[in-house]
Amino acid sequence: MKRTIHLEINGHHHTVTVAPGDSLLEVLRREGYFGVKHGCETGDCGVCAVLLDGRIVNSCILLAMQAEGHAITTIEGIGSPSALHPLQQAFVDAGAIQCGYCTPAQILAAKALLEEDPHPSEEAIREAIAGVLCRCTGYKKPVEAILSVARRGGSNDAV
Amino acid sequence: MPYNDPEAMTRMSQHPEGLSPDQLRIVGKPARRVDAVKLATGRGTFTDDIELRGMLHARLLLSPHAHARIKRIDASKARALPGVHAVLTYQDIPPVRFTTAGQSYPEPSPLDTLSLENKVRFVGDRVAAVAAETPEIAEEALELIEVEYEPLPAVLDMEEAMKPGAPIIHDEPDIQGAHDPQRNIAAHIEAECGNLARGYEEADLILEREYRVPQVQQTPLEPHVCITWWDEDDRLVVRTSTQVPFHVRRIIAPVIGLPVRRIRVIKPRIGGGFGSKQEVLIEDICAHLTIATGRPVRLEYTRAEEFMASRSRHPQILRFKAGVTRDGRLTALELYVLADTGAYGCHALTVQTNTASKSLSLYRCPNMRFRCDVVYTNKPVPGAFRGYGAPQAFFALESLMDELAHALGMDPIAFRRKNWVGEGDVFPLAVQLGEGREGFETPIITCGLPECVEQGAKAIGWERRNDPHWKRPPDRPHIRRGIGVACLIHGTAIPGLDMGGAYIKMNDDGSFNLTFGGADLGTGADTVLAQIAAEVLGCRVEDIIVKAVDTDFSPFDKGAYASSTTFISGGSVKKAAELVAQQIKEVASHIMEENPANLRLEGGRVIAPSGESVTLEEIALHSLHVEDQHQIMATASHMSYKSPPPFAAQFAEVEVDIETGEVRVVQIVSAVDCGKVINPHGAEGQIEGGATQGLGYAVCEEMHYDADGRLLELTFRDYHIFHADEMPTLKTILVETIDPSGPFGAKAVAEIPIDGIAPAVANAVFDATGVRIREIPLTPERVWRALHAGTRSGESPPLDR
Repeated sequence: MKRTIHLEINGHHHTVTVAPGDSLLEVLRREGYFGVKHGCETGDCGVCAVLLDGRIVNSCILLAMQAEGHAITTIEGIGSPSALHPLQQAFVDAGAIQCGYCTPAQILAAKALLEEDPHPSEEAIREAIAGVLCRCTGYKKPVEAILSVARRGGSNDAV
Repeated sequence: MPYNDPEAMTRMSQHPEGLSPDQLRIVGKPARRVDAVKLATGRGTFTDDIELRGMLHARLLLSPHAHARIKRIDASKARALPGVHAVLTYQDIPPVRFTTAGQSYPEPSPLDTLSLENKVRFVGDRVAAVAAETPEIAEEALELIEVEYEPLPAVLDMEEAMKPGAPIIHDEPDIQGAHDPQRNIAAHIEAECGNLARGYEEADLILEREYRVPQVQQTPLEPHVCITWWDEDDRLVVRTSTQVPFHVRRIIAPVIGLPVRRIRVIKPRIGGGFGSKQEVLIEDICAHLTIATGRPVRLEYTRAEEFMASRSRHPQILRFKAGVTRDGRLTALELYVLADTGAYGCHALTVQTNTASKSLSLYRCPNMRFRCDVVYTNKPVPGAFRGYGAPQAFFALESLMDELAHALGMDPIAFRRKNWVGEGDVFPLAVQLGEGREGFETPIITCGLPECVEQGAKAIGWERRNDPHWKRPPDRPHIRRGIGVACLIHGTAIPGLDMGGAYIKMNDDGSFNLTFGGADLGTGADTVLAQIAAEVLGCRVEDIIVKAVDTDFSPFDKGAYASSTTFISGGSVKKAAELVAQQIKEVASHIMEENPANLRLEGGRVIAPSGESVTLEEIALHSLHVEDQHQIMATASHMSYKSPPPFAAQFAEVEVDIETGEVRVVQIVSAVDCGKVINPHGAEGQIEGGATQGLGYAVCEEMHYDADGRLLELTFRDYHIFHADEMPTLKTILVETIDPSGPFGAKAVAEIPIDGIAPAVANAVFDATGVRIREIPLTPERVWRALHAGTRSGESPPLDR
């Protein structure tokens, strides 16, 4: 049976009606958060990743109902074109974006890492984004972008 | 521009007047991508990022059989399900044969496909399509479609497919353009030059070798997705993730029974394609469903459908025979290729033609022959995949070159250097191996290959090959180290065939709208073309507003494939910008009373020799509102009879674990001559990404089937592509040449970096272990078996003897 639940998305409260089988991914896209992509819906590619209480999760294999009571952060919640998050700025500046389909998830995975460890090694960065597949970049420039933010002290606040 | 004038059609002026290459302000700099901010902030820009009122969700019923006839199909129960708006089977739509290959007219691929048919030819072939109010209802409806199949014998092996008595996969009488469907031969190619017999006579050594390459997938992260609807003028809008919007429009027109003029194709942002979207894969069925229901319809492949019912790279068996003199000169080179095009022949001819033209054009050899059969099998369908026949070619060729060098006792680089082509060389088979028609001779004007090899060898530490301590680290007795190289040539667009158009107009504030038909699929093409326009117009990249393709508003472009966008679409942008620049100077000359020939565009201004200047905004306002009012604008198109080849050398350093057979690639160096680099970030990104895909081809990617033709890899868990934490170090070296045929001297970069990793890795494994493996991917099992071949259990592998 469908149920009405309350989701906290990017600090805003949303009242949404969901079926028991609705994934968080489906509900977020239905609510207009198109920054959350879908590439496999089996939890393997990671392009649907969002932050749940600051931790990176694949929203395609999380039921929307399970997200109730948790703080959900999507790419739309960390910066905007006029006020990019330092990681977004770094991805733009480093040429780390090709097709851009995995970019939001890569940035969110990096954000989760930098919040835990503001000065990660390259290896730690690679592990942190290992769950997000990218078929365009070979990961080199995304890793460089994240490293550049880490070197500047891992600032996690929007500028 | 007079379009009956070949000179004008293909002319490419080198630099804006008065600007020498070292004065370029925007071309050659890592301009920020025009689409980067919207992608970094997750703006809705992809095909699926819209939701139309009343939109229905489509799902496909796919065949569970590798080969079967549909004896009976009954969709009545599915149609009766509440929420279902249409169920289509072969009985509901007219049978129009087409090819899904998105190529120029007339199609070089056989017309062997129907939107829906009463025969299925692979597990995953289409049986029926449903449109319903929710994806769940559509899914439920699929289960209510009753299908009675008459299973037919299937052939899954390409060597079996040509044998007498093999099941005939395309027995339909209305197939067009296939070479010999009765023998399952979709395409056959022959080309020859010189005298092979004489070539073998002159040879001191003749080597015959067979190489095998697997079927692999493009796997863009964004699946194929399409949304269709009727607009207010009763025209069909097709919003689709495609590399070939104009081919989509033309190819689906007869299939869905609408004239081209009633179809509008919109290409929004694309989440990667790598050739899989040079295919008119789902637009026809989505359109059929909108026509049947009158409603907007969305169709998206699931990942499992991507794996089994999308496209892939043609697997091949390549049999080389080569003759060389004792001092290392090639006298004869002969290649037979057997290729598997699966159930349908999309790109069957042209991919394999490209295998020939890449494998036989890198080294000078007076006597050459190429023969090829491309056969149908009951397997999921190969098509266009970045490299387009070249990765297959170079795995075989560059393994062979290493084998020849080894047999002659020569250094692999020294042997190649003796034979590789250079400036002024012409590929003797170019005319015979055109794109499904006669080709054009394209002499090499610029060649950076020697420098690529020199710089690449230095970067990888080539000399370590001679250091026994490095090759057998004493503290890790199970490890062998080695370094391999592959040299590469590719093409830049299809000469005499590919064409693109561009349109630029000036706005009140001195900004410009730039529209073209070239499709950025994530490559950065929109940025590169904006840079070209900004360079000519003396403004910033931010002053150029680029809009993705809409066939109603963009000039024609054949689309994004064949490494052509910078060269062809960029050529048209440069021409259009030059025409606009001329118009700007004319207005400025009027304002400043100065001869237009003395004016130059720079920093958003038109500047006179005196230092006097007017801004682009002043020019725009003057021309639009003040005096002799007119719209500053221009269109131009570009094609070329030249296809200046990019060159590259790719190096791989490996560690082979002789106990497990694991090949760990430690480092990859790609040194690429792509002509003038328009955007270094973009070019490096192409090279790094291409090399990574090539690495998967080398060591882990392969599609496998069970005995009934069912694909085993349907998820990213089973089909492994490289993750961030598994990557070797990637080094990229850009070796610039200035080719006079490209805009600002540019050649192609998109495909060449995927071509050489597999042979470089295989050659490195040979360097490490002394064991030659002629089949990829180099999985631990395959390597372990090769290391232990011919040895009894318990005996040391041959490398230790």
